[in-house]
Amino acid sequence: MRPGDPAAREIKDLRTKLSADPANVGIALQLARSYFTQAGGQSDPRYIGYAQAVLKPWWGLAEPPAGVLVMRATLRQYGHDFAGAIADIDAALKLNPADIDALSLRADINLVQGDYEASRKDCQRMSPHVTALTDVGCVAFIDGMTGRARSSHDRLDAALAKSKNVSPDQHLWILTRLADMAWRLNEPRLAEAHFKRALALNVADGFLLAAYADFLLDYDRPQDVVKLLKDWARADPLLLRLTLAEQKLKAAAFQEHQATLMARYAAARMRGDTTHEQEESRFTLQVLNRPEEALKLALSNWRVQREPRDARVVIEAALALGRAGSAQPVLDWLARTGIEDWHLRQLANRLVGSQPTAANPR
Amino acid sequence: MMRFFAIALLALCAVDASAHKPSDSYLVVNVAGDTVRGQWDIALRDLDFAIGLDSNGDSRITWGELRARHTEIAAYALSRITIMLDDVVCTPRVTANLVDEHTDGAYAVMQFEAPCGQTGGVLKLGYSLFADIDPQHKGLLRLEFDGTTRTAIFGPDSSQQRFELTRPDRLTQFVDYAREGVWHIWIGFDHILFLLSLLLPAVLVIVRNQWHAVERFKPAFWDVLKIVTAFTIAHSITLSLAALGVISLPTRLTESAIALSVVLAALNNVFPLFQGRRWMVAFGFGLIHGFGFASVLADLGLPRDALLLALVGFNLGVEAGQLAIVAVFLPVAFALRRTWFYRRVVMIGGSVLICLLASAWLAERAFNLKIMPF
Repeated sequence: MRPGDPAAREIKDLRTKLSADPANVGIALQLARSYFTQAGGQSDPRYIGYAQAVLKPWWGLAEPPAGVLVMRATLRQYGHDFAGAIADIDAALKLNPADIDALSLRADINLVQGDYEASRKDCQRMSPHVTALTDVGCVAFIDGMTGRARSSHDRLDAALAKSKNVSPDQHLWILTRLADMAWRLNEPRLAEAHFKRALALNVADGFLLAAYADFLLDYDRPQDVVKLLKDWARADPLLLRLTLAEQKLKAAAFQEHQATLMARYAAARMRGDTTHEQEESRFTLQVLNRPEEALKLALSNWRVQREPRDARVVIEAALALGRAGSAQPVLDWLARTGIEDWHLRQLANRLVGSQPTAANPR
Repeated sequence: MMRFFAIALLALCAVDASAHKPSDSYLVVNVAGDTVRGQWDIALRDLDFAIGLDSNGDSRITWGELRARHTEIAAYALSRITIMLDDVVCTPRVTANLVDEHTDGAYAVMQFEAPCGQTGGVLKLGYSLFADIDPQHKGLLRLEFDGTTRTAIFGPDSSQQRFELTRPDRLTQFVDYAREGVWHIWIGFDHILFLLSLLLPAVLVIVRNQWHAVERFKPAFWDVLKIVTAFTIAHSITLSLAALGVISLPTRLTESAIALSVVLAALNNVFPLFQGRRWMVAFGFGLIHGFGFASVLADLGLPRDALLLALVGFNLGVEAGQLAIVAVFLPVAFALRRTWFYRRVVMIGGSVLICLLASAWLAERAFNLKIMPF
């Protein structure tokens, strides 16, 4: 964040205001929100700590204000403390049962953890209080995971086209999700169009860049990944994608980036941080070629997060080991949800096919 | 890995371009006697956020900008750490300021020393760096004490931690060093051969240039006792002086001299020169052998707070090893002393062999050659 950057100016202004009025929870929440946005945009976890510090006067209270509870939940889910986050949201909803931020955050967390029914209930509770786009989006994300990706995609796409005055953040989020659905349906042209529109919004977002880079890697376009991420080596998730592309291209920078990632994962382990597990599993399998370790990381991550990319690292590691049985929880999940993910299904079929004795998931 | 930036205008760290990871500091603490020493690596980016290092606001921190703020950084950081040894507060002061790179960019490295005025068995550390501005910050501690290392993580929920400084008890330590002494004489062929060369003639006397067996055990025993005692006193003197750092000689010189001592002691059996005064030879060359023992002791590492204990333990171990050799040698030699086998094969043949072997050592050590396969 450069000093002249509008976000930097906004943060500076809010800090000045807060130091003049330190008991003002409204300003504190605004500042915390700005820091949180920076953390996502820059893929920079230090801002999470800064956001937490801003809320310090309220953080330890027995009954913090609802806004603080929701912000605390947001920060906790960033650190993969999903149980803590849900507890905060539940407390916030007791204070204000129609708290949209709380409900949509809980819908997201339930989605990430693979609890689709709970997520759907949150969407229903939100429904009367939100715009049509938010409403359609909330349900479409869930349907997109449970066997109705095609129709959800089209419905959400249409709702977006009809909506006016969509905030750039929401616009970006919906386009990223649309791209994700099209990609899972193996419609690369459609997915690419969504990604391009999302990038054209010019909102810095690490999640979007990571998703687009993964898409490009899936369709064997490592050159484009290098072009997209060459200035993003400072963010671990993006450096991983860059390194994977450089590995495919046998690029000169590969060795150095590989060493950097190893050191970063080691540093994270030293501080007891496990939020990297999914990505470290990919790195361990594809770059270091240590499938045993990769599987261990992938399964440990699967206990906390259950999205297609979390499933994928388990299947890929199990495939490298030729051991379908170790991916059984994920194969069961695939069967149970009926999730449409062309790439993931291909891998799962290969895994099950390679082990005819293993239980058939269907 | 330590990097020193001497050019005042060189940017150490571009604030917005350093890598993204949660904030950690790296703290190494070493407790030795009554002093706690430490090295603390703190990210420049975090210091900048806390106290503003980028004085010209160009998003880059230069060595000049950093150097101008060393005092302030030290005051900021050191006021956020507490060190207590058995409830006595040890106040740290900075001894050096350096810069190093970690995975996410440049770090200020502060070396400090905190005298406690007494030794202690419990170290209490309090850590609150950046707790007010970044509760996600962690302090990663490596604690070193008496050759042991352990790690701990400081954070808002674990800002006060207590460490038992358990040392191996004195007796164990003493026995360990004694065992090392025995082991060293046992594997130290040069010392054994020197001693044996001096002891071989102890059961014989020279009469008209001819070796004859002694009649009684007593003179042989006294001869051995004089030699072993002289050797022991001599090498204890130099071992102590060298271990305490009073004298130091180059290893190549002492090792060569030890080999030479073996050559001369063995030759003396074939062409007797120092008959009856072999204890003086034992004393003179024993001084040299002491330096050899000292280098072993130095490799083992001497505990600063138990120097004398280690020294005495090691020395007694060496003596015990020596006595064991003598206890086996003397009865056997005395029993065989009248035989032709002892006088010709063991005494002369053995001495010639020892002399050849030691000459090869001498050549190897003096000229840095490799002659023998061991």
